[in-house]
Amino acid sequence: MSYLDQFLFGIYPYIALAIFLFGSLVRFEREQYTWKADSTQLLHRGALVTGSRLFHFGVIGVFLGHLGGLLTPLSVWHALGVAPEAKQILAIAAGGILGGIGLLGLLILLHRRLSNERLAAVTPLRDKVLLSWLLVTLGLGLATIPVSMGHMDGQMMMRFMEWAQRIVTFRGDAASFVAGAPLVFKLHIFFGLTFFIIFPFTRMVHTWSGFGSVGYITRAWQLVRPR
Amino acid sequence: MSHFLDRLKFLSRTVDTFADGHGAVVAEDRQWENAYRARWQQDKVVRSTHGVNCTGSCSWRVFVKNGLITWELQQTDYPRTRPDLPNHEPRGCPRGASYSWYVYSAQRVKYPLIRGKLVEMWREARQTMDPLTAWEYISQNPERAKAYKSIRGQGGFVRADWDTATEIIAAANAYTIKEYGPDRIIGFSPIPAMSMVSYAAGSRYLSLIGGVCMSFYDWYCDLPPASPQVWGEQTDVPESADWYNSTYLMVWGSNVPMTRTPDAHFYTEVRYKGTKTVAVSSDFGEMAKFGDIWLAPKQGTDAALAMAMGHVVLNEFHKTGKSEYFKSYGKQYTDFPMLVMLKDNGQGLVGDHYLRASHLSGHDDANNPDWKTLLIDEKTGDIVVPNGTVGLRWGEQGENVGKWNLELKAADGREIDPLLSLKDKSDEIVSVGFPYFGGEHNDVLFRNVPAKRITLKDGSSVLVATVYDLMLANYGVDNGHGGGNVATSYDQDIPYTPKWQEKHTGVKGIDVETVAREFADNADKTHGKSMVIVGAALNHWYHMDMTYRGIINLLMMCGCVGQSGGGWAHYVGQEKLRPQQGWVPLAFATDWNRPPRHMNSTSFFYNHTSQWRHEKLGVNEILSPTAQAAKFKGMALLDFNAKSERMGWLPSAPQLETNPLEVTRAAAAAGKDPVAYAVENLKAGTLNMSCDDPDNPRNFPRNMFVWRSNILGSSGKGHEYFLKYLLGTQNALFDNEADGIKPTEVKVRPAAEGKLDLLTVLDFRMSTTCLYADIVLPTATWYEKDDLNTSDMHPFIHPLSEAVQPLWQAKSDWEIYKLIAKRLTEIGGPVLGTQKDLVLVPLLHDTPGELGQPLEPKDWKKGECDLLPGKTAPNMVVVERDYTRIFEKFTSIGPLLEKAGNGGKGIAWKTEHEVHELAGLNGKAANGQPRLESAIDAAEMILTLAPETNGHVAVKAWDALSKITGRDHKHLAIPREHDKIRFRDVQAQPRKIISSPTWSGLESEEVSYNAGYTNVHELIPWRTLTGRQQFYQDHRWMIDFGEGFTVYKPHVDLKTTDAMLNKLPNGNPELVLNFITPHQKWGIHSTYSDNLRMLTLSRGGPHVWLSEADAKKAGIVDNDWIEVFNVNGTLTARAVVSQRVPDGMTLMYHAQEKIVNVPGAETSKKRGGIHNSVTRAVTKPTHMIGGYAQQAYGFNYYGTVGSNRDEFVIVRKMKNVEWLDQPLNKTEA
Repeated sequence: MSYLDQFLFGIYPYIALAIFLFGSLVRFEREQYTWKADSTQLLHRGALVTGSRLFHFGVIGVFLGHLGGLLTPLSVWHALGVAPEAKQILAIAAGGILGGIGLLGLLILLHRRLSNERLAAVTPLRDKVLLSWLLVTLGLGLATIPVSMGHMDGQMMMRFMEWAQRIVTFRGDAASFVAGAPLVFKLHIFFGLTFFIIFPFTRMVHTWSGFGSVGYITRAWQLVRPR
Repeated sequence: MSHFLDRLKFLSRTVDTFADGHGAVVAEDRQWENAYRARWQQDKVVRSTHGVNCTGSCSWRVFVKNGLITWELQQTDYPRTRPDLPNHEPRGCPRGASYSWYVYSAQRVKYPLIRGKLVEMWREARQTMDPLTAWEYISQNPERAKAYKSIRGQGGFVRADWDTATEIIAAANAYTIKEYGPDRIIGFSPIPAMSMVSYAAGSRYLSLIGGVCMSFYDWYCDLPPASPQVWGEQTDVPESADWYNSTYLMVWGSNVPMTRTPDAHFYTEVRYKGTKTVAVSSDFGEMAKFGDIWLAPKQGTDAALAMAMGHVVLNEFHKTGKSEYFKSYGKQYTDFPMLVMLKDNGQGLVGDHYLRASHLSGHDDANNPDWKTLLIDEKTGDIVVPNGTVGLRWGEQGENVGKWNLELKAADGREIDPLLSLKDKSDEIVSVGFPYFGGEHNDVLFRNVPAKRITLKDGSSVLVATVYDLMLANYGVDNGHGGGNVATSYDQDIPYTPKWQEKHTGVKGIDVETVAREFADNADKTHGKSMVIVGAALNHWYHMDMTYRGIINLLMMCGCVGQSGGGWAHYVGQEKLRPQQGWVPLAFATDWNRPPRHMNSTSFFYNHTSQWRHEKLGVNEILSPTAQAAKFKGMALLDFNAKSERMGWLPSAPQLETNPLEVTRAAAAAGKDPVAYAVENLKAGTLNMSCDDPDNPRNFPRNMFVWRSNILGSSGKGHEYFLKYLLGTQNALFDNEADGIKPTEVKVRPAAEGKLDLLTVLDFRMSTTCLYADIVLPTATWYEKDDLNTSDMHPFIHPLSEAVQPLWQAKSDWEIYKLIAKRLTEIGGPVLGTQKDLVLVPLLHDTPGELGQPLEPKDWKKGECDLLPGKTAPNMVVVERDYTRIFEKFTSIGPLLEKAGNGGKGIAWKTEHEVHELAGLNGKAANGQPRLESAIDAAEMILTLAPETNGHVAVKAWDALSKITGRDHKHLAIPREHDKIRFRDVQAQPRKIISSPTWSGLESEEVSYNAGYTNVHELIPWRTLTGRQQFYQDHRWMIDFGEGFTVYKPHVDLKTTDAMLNKLPNGNPELVLNFITPHQKWGIHSTYSDNLRMLTLSRGGPHVWLSEADAKKAGIVDNDWIEVFNVNGTLTARAVVSQRVPDGMTLMYHAQEKIVNVPGAETSKKRGGIHNSVTRAVTKPTHMIGGYAQQAYGFNYYGTVGSNRDEFVIVRKMKNVEWLDQPLNKTEA
C-alpha cells in the first residue's frame, strides 16, 4: 500500500470530516446570517422548480443510500438475510436511478444558473466550484456502475463497507481495504471526501437545517416565548 | 451562549403547553431578536429636511450609523398651533423618505468634473499663459470654442481637482468682466426658501461681482400674474391649516393629495367638520375623489366656468342686493366703486382709464394726482379722492402722511360711503363695448351701462361709470338697463351664462349654478369662509390670468379674500421665504452695495435661446378687437419685450452693448457724470441697449452658473432651442426659422449658436443639466449641510443640518462659492482692481419708481417722450466694485446696513442694533465687520435681521408701516418683541415665526395665516393703483389686449404640428393631442425621479399618459414605446393608457430625466428628449407692463411667464427602439 493510499483513504477522511463538522459548527456559531440556501427564485424562476426537485430527490436519495449502505454493519444485513450479491444489485439499481435523477436535476440547475444573465451575475466562484464538484462526484459515482457490473459478487462493496466502518469507528488500517480498488472508485471516494471539506464554506450548510426541519413534523402549531 | 448548544436543548426547550398541546411555550434563546433592534439603532439623529420646493418643509430625523446616513423618518415634535386645529404632523411623504438613496448612489457627483476637451486645452494653454489669457485663447477662438461646446451633453468628463476647476471659473469670470462686463455672468437658482443660505451663497457672489441673478417663479410659470395685477402681491396664500377653517372648499386644478401630500390631511379632515368640497379637474386626479362634486371642464377652458359662476353670483347676490356683507366688503376692499372713463374708440364706447384726481379741478393737488383714483360718496354725491390709493403712498408731506389706509374716508378727512352703482342715479344709460374672444359671438358685445357725465379740468366732458356697473355688464347680467347681450335666464346662450359655458367646458349649466350659488351663500352666511385652492392646471396656460382673475373675481364678489377660511390658495411652485428681509442683505450683498442686478428669466431665455426666431403667435391674434391695431403694426412679441426693457418696465441682462465698466470710464474721460453721459449717448444712439440686438456677440451671456436647479432637465421650456442656440450642441429642433414672425424693431442677424462660454453646474447628482455643463462641482446633499428652509404651507421655520460631512470631495454651496470668491479675488483682483459699474434698474414695485407713466405709455426711443431714468427709462446707478476685496466682502457683513438700514415692500427701518448683535454672535472679521465665515454664520445673519425671527425687528417694521398708514400696527408684534429665533433653536424644534408687515397674513394664537388678512382687518391697502383689490385693470396695454375686465380666452394656436404631421412616417398612425405636463407622482417634488425607489414604483423611466380611446385610435397599448414630437423637438417614452385621461389630452409628468431608460427617437435619430423638448416659451405683452403701481417689476413678482399648456404634439407608436449605445466618436474612443 502506497503512502498516497494511506494518506488519502486513511488520514484524509479525518481531515475532511473534522473540517466538515468543526467548519459547520463555527459557521453556525459565528455567521448565522450566512446560514442559508441562497435561493435565486426571486431573481428568475426558469426551470428552478423542476431542476431543484429532481436534484434534491436524487441527491438526498444517493446520500441516504451511501449512508445506510456503507455504515450498516454486515451483521445487520446477515440478520435481514440479504446476501452481498443482492445488496449490490440493490445498490447499483437504486444508486443508478437516484444518481441519474440527481444528475439530470443538477444539469438543469446548472444550465439555468449559467445561461441567465442575472443569475450568472450573482453566482460567485464558490458556487461554481461547488456545483462542478458535485457534477464530477456524481459523474464518477455513476461511472463506477459499469465497473461494478463486471463483478457482481459484492466483494468489493464489502470492502468499501469495511473501510467506511473502520473510519467512523477509529479503527486502524482502513485504507488497505480501498487500496486495491479500481481507480474510478478511488477518484469517486476522493471527490466525495473533498466535498465534505467544501461543504461548510458554501450554501451546502443549509443541508443541516434541512434535516433540522424534520422537527417541524412534531412541533406544536404555535410557539410563544416567555419574557 | 452557543447557538449550537442552544439548538441541542430541544428536550428542555418546551416549558409549557397550551391549547391542548397545539401551542407550546419555549425557552429558546432570544439573542436573534437583537438583530432587529440593532437594525433601528443609530449613533446620531440629526434634524434636517429636503431642500426641494414641494413646499412641504417637513421636519425629518436623519439617522447616522457607523458614520453612514442610513435612513430618515418623519419628525413629530411640531409645536401645537391653535387648540381647535388638527396637528400639523406627521409631515413628510414617502417620496421624501427615498432621498437618502442619493447620498451613496452611483448618481452622486463625487469629484469636480471638467469636460475633457476643455481641460485638455486649458492645461496646454496654462503651460505658457496666465489664466485670463488662457481663457481668452480657448473661449474666443471659434474653432477651439466649438471643440468643447459642440460636444456638450455627450459625455467626456474627466475627474479634476478643486484647484483647476475654480481656476477656470475664476479666469472665465474675470475675463468676461474685463472684456464684456459683469452683467454677462448670470446665475440660475430657484426658490431660495428651500435652502436659503445655499441660494444666497451664489447670489451673494454674483451680486458682489456685478453678475445677474435670474428669476425662476415666472420662468416656471408658477407665478400667477393675476395676483400682482389684482392685489399688488406676488403671491400670498393661506397656510394649509386654514383649509380647516373653510366651510366651502373648492379645489380647482390642483392635485392636493399628490403635490401637497403632507398638507392634504387638512383637506380630508375639514370634510369631517361638514365642509362641502368641490373638485374641478379635467382629468381624474387624486383630488377628484375627495370632492362631493367633481366638475370636469375641458382642459384650458376653466375661465369660462369661472365666468359663468361669477354671472350667477352677480345675478343672485349683487344685483338683488341679497347680501349686505358682499355689498359692504365690495365698497371698502375692492375697486367696485371706482370711476372708469368711457371713451369712444370709433366703434363705440369702451372702458378706458380710471378717472384720476389730475383730471378734475379741485382734486389736482401737488402730490401724484395722476395716481389717485376717484369714487362717488353716496352721502353727498360728490366725487372724492378716497384714502389708500397709491398716490397717497408715496411722497406725501405733513398732515397728508398717513392716509394710505382703507378707512372709509376721503383724503380730505371726511367720512364717506362709496357708491357702488349709478343705477337710478345716472345721467345717461350708454352702450359700452366689451371684447369677446370665444369666437361664436360678435367680437365686441355692446351692453347698456348707467353713466355720469362730468366735466374735466381741461373743459372737455367725459362719461364715467363705476367698476361695479361695468362688471355686471361685462358678465352679461341684466340689471334692468335694457339693451342686448344680457341674459334674463341662465338658459340663454349669452356670454357669460351657465348655458353659454356648456359648449366650451362640457360642464352642465345646472352644476355651475348649484356650485356658484352654494359657494356664495356659504360666503354670505359665514362672512367669507369660502375658499378656492388653485393650481398649475390653470396657471400654466398662456391666458392663465383670465382663469385666475375669473376665480379671484368670484372670491372678491363674495368677500372671501382676507377672511379666515376663505380666499385664494394658489399652490404652484410658490414659496414663502419667511425671513425674506433678513435674507436679502445676505443674498444680494446689499450690506456692501446696492442695487443688485436681477433679470426675469422668461424674457432672458426667450431672447438668448432664440426662441423668438421661431415665434408663430402673431400679436394680431391676441389683440383686443377694441384696440387700435395700427399702433402695434409689425411688432412681434420680442419687439414688445425690447420696448418694455427700454422703458424701464422689465429688467435687462446683459444691459448695455458696451461694457458698463467702460461706460463709466468713458464718462470720466469726458468729464461727465456717468448717468448723464449714458442718457446722452443712449439718446444719440451711440450707446445701445443689449435688448435691441440680441445676436451681437457683445450682447451674449457668457458665463452661467446653475445651482440647486436642473434647468435643462426640468424647467427649460424650449429645451432643444437651449441646446442649439445657447449651448451650441446636438439638438432635435425641426422647426424652420423661416416660418417664424420676424421682429421689426429689434435687429435680426444670422442666428448665433453656442453663446455661452462656460456653464458651471453645482449638484450632488449627475442630472441632465450636469451632462451639458462644462464644469460640474460636487455639492453637499441636504443631509450634509447647514441651512434654513421655510414654506407657506405652515408657520414654522426649519433647519437643514449636517448629519455627516460632505462626502467624497463635495462641499456645501456656501463653501463652494466662498472658494470661487477667493479664487476670483486672487486671479481677477490684480487685473481688474477697483471699477465703477453702471447698473440699470427697472422701475420697481413698492418703491416710488412704481409711479412711472400714469396714462399713455410713451417710448423715448421713438421720440414720444424724453429719456428720464426712473420715469420713462430704467434707473441708472453707479456701483463701485473692488475686485481685490470680493472674498473679504463675501465673508463679512458690510457697513451699508448700519448706514442705510434695511427693509422691503416699501418700508424701511434702522438696523445698527442687529448688526452689532451679529458681531457678538458670529465674532468679528479682520476688517472689523461681523464675521460671515460658515453657513451657520450666514443663517444667523438672516435670523437676526428678519422681522419674522427677531421680535425687535418685527416691532420696528410694523412701526415703520404705521407711519405710512396712519394706523397703529405694532400691537401685532409687541407680544413677541423679545423673541429671537436662532439657528440652534430651530435645530432643537421647528419654531413659529413672528407676524411681520412683509406678509399680508398674521401668525398668531387666534388665526391661521390667511392672505390679505391684515388688509381687511388692519385696513392696510393692497399695493395696487387704487389701493384696493382690482376687478379692473386700466393700463393701456391691458385694455388693448382685452384684459381690462376678465374675459374668457381659449388657448392660443402655437402652430407646431401641421408642419410635422405624417411628414416623417414610420407606418403607425399619428395622433395630435394637447400636451399637458402636470406634477410628478414618482419623484421627490419635480426634480428627483431618478432614484431606484421612484423608478421601481413607476415605469422605470419616462412615461406619457393617454386616454383609452386615443390609444386605441393610434394602435397603442399600455407600456408601448411611443414617440411624442412636434416642430420644437421630440421625446420617447412608455405609454400609460388610462381612464384617468380625457380624450384629446396627453399627460406627461414634467421633469422626467433623459438619463434613465430613454431610447433614440425615430424622427431625429438622436436620443429622445425631455418633456420640454416639445415646448417653446411664448411671452405675453401684458406681462411686460411696468412702472404702473402693481404692474411694476419685482424680482419673481411680475414679468413674462413661461406658459406651456397650449402646446400640441403628435403621438405615435414607435416601430424600432434603438438605444444608440455607442461612444460619441468611435475613432477617438
